[in-house]
Amino acid sequence: MSPSSSFAPVIPGSGLPAGSPAATTPKQIPHRGGPVNPTVDALREKFGAAIQRVDVVWGETSVVVERSRVAEIVRWLHDDPGQSYVYLSDVTAVEFRDVEQPLEVVWHLRSLAFRRFIRLKALLPKGTPLEVPSVYPIFKSADWMERECYDMFGVKFVGHPDLRRLLMWEGYKEGFPLRKDFPLRGRFSRAEQLRQALAANPEARYSKEELSIADAFEDLPQDMRARLRSGEKTGE
Amino acid sequence: MGLTPRPEPNVVSYDPKGGEGWVTTRLDFLVNWGRANSLWPMPFGTACCAIEFMATAAAQFDLARFGMERMSFSPRQADVLICAGRVPFKLAPVLRRIWQQMPQPKWAISMGACASTGGMFDNYAVVQGIDTIIPVDVYVPGCPPRPEGLIYGIMMLQEKVKRERAADPSIRHEMEPDPTSQLYIPPSAINELSEPFGNAVHQTRSGL
Repeated sequence: MSPSSSFAPVIPGSGLPAGSPAATTPKQIPHRGGPVNPTVDALREKFGAAIQRVDVVWGETSVVVERSRVAEIVRWLHDDPGQSYVYLSDVTAVEFRDVEQPLEVVWHLRSLAFRRFIRLKALLPKGTPLEVPSVYPIFKSADWMERECYDMFGVKFVGHPDLRRLLMWEGYKEGFPLRKDFPLRGRFSRAEQLRQALAANPEARYSKEELSIADAFEDLPQDMRARLRSGEKTGE
Repeated sequence: MGLTPRPEPNVVSYDPKGGEGWVTTRLDFLVNWGRANSLWPMPFGTACCAIEFMATAAAQFDLARFGMERMSFSPRQADVLICAGRVPFKLAPVLRRIWQQMPQPKWAISMGACASTGGMFDNYAVVQGIDTIIPVDVYVPGCPPRPEGLIYGIMMLQEKVKRERAADPSIRHEMEPDPTSQLYIPPSAINELSEPFGNAVHQTRSGL
């Protein structure tokens, strides 16, 4: 779906068969086990060995998938009319205190039409390059989430068009703050941290030209372009 | 023309029957009295202290009683910078720039535990006291301070302003940071202030 196509609202539960019970708040969910998200069977059939492990924790299905095929799997989950996971609510990473345990990158996907939730995980063993495919070509919302994940954990999202730090300033030299080997107060002395922070010039990066929307005009939806062309003020 | 002639400017006439009032005073007193009672604040609110600052400025506590009714969101028309909330390192150059844009005479109030010492955020991202970036006149403790606390700090600042003397040039020294490092106090002092509880024991009482 290209960004300029007209807006089509997604009705929650519209993919369920007619006469399905109304959505209710689940009660007494077991910690482990319980009904598995039916998407898992379709995933196993489609991708076979790329689906490595399936857990159901607190009623939510986590699927560990092969790290190199994440983008392919997310693309299928998004495009397949029988799944239509159209909402990416989170991209993040987890590092465990056990140094043997691999770092996990986590994607939270939601299917509004079928009222399903699925959590994808990719394992990044220590000692291997921390790289996973970016899902930015599928979900534009992955842009800042992947940038934040890169900023905090140093996970490289291959295919992201503009992978730079989001929370820490550019040129931050101390590393990736949420990694377990990162000391809470940072690696440098306070004076050195302050010196580096004051050396950053916030105005050098963001110019008025860069903040202008003129370049993004072609990406705007059709109706918005028509309104801007007719001279409507943008609320400045 | 039917106008009375302008009085001779170099001659002071005294005419008790005319009903003109006279006050003799020191110029310092008059200037400081005027300055202390018209401190225009530049609010630099970054966290929950800013909410408490807004409460102080609103009708219940009414900062206008102290001549501060005009929030100056332009640093060039401000007298006192009130830093309310934690300042991350990414915001340090911004705070420094705003302070440098304020014209003399100017003062700074560090409101709350985080602005004064880093507070509970003793981590990689937060400046351990804004006095490592800009000179601070009054520290207001609290997490966040109640409006009465902030008002007490403002009254301390007014006391300080009223004791200034025009003959003393040191009070108007513009901060001159080291051109290479941009620090205005030695790195060893910054490290000392930034150690856990450092600022709480090292900072100087100001005003009273």
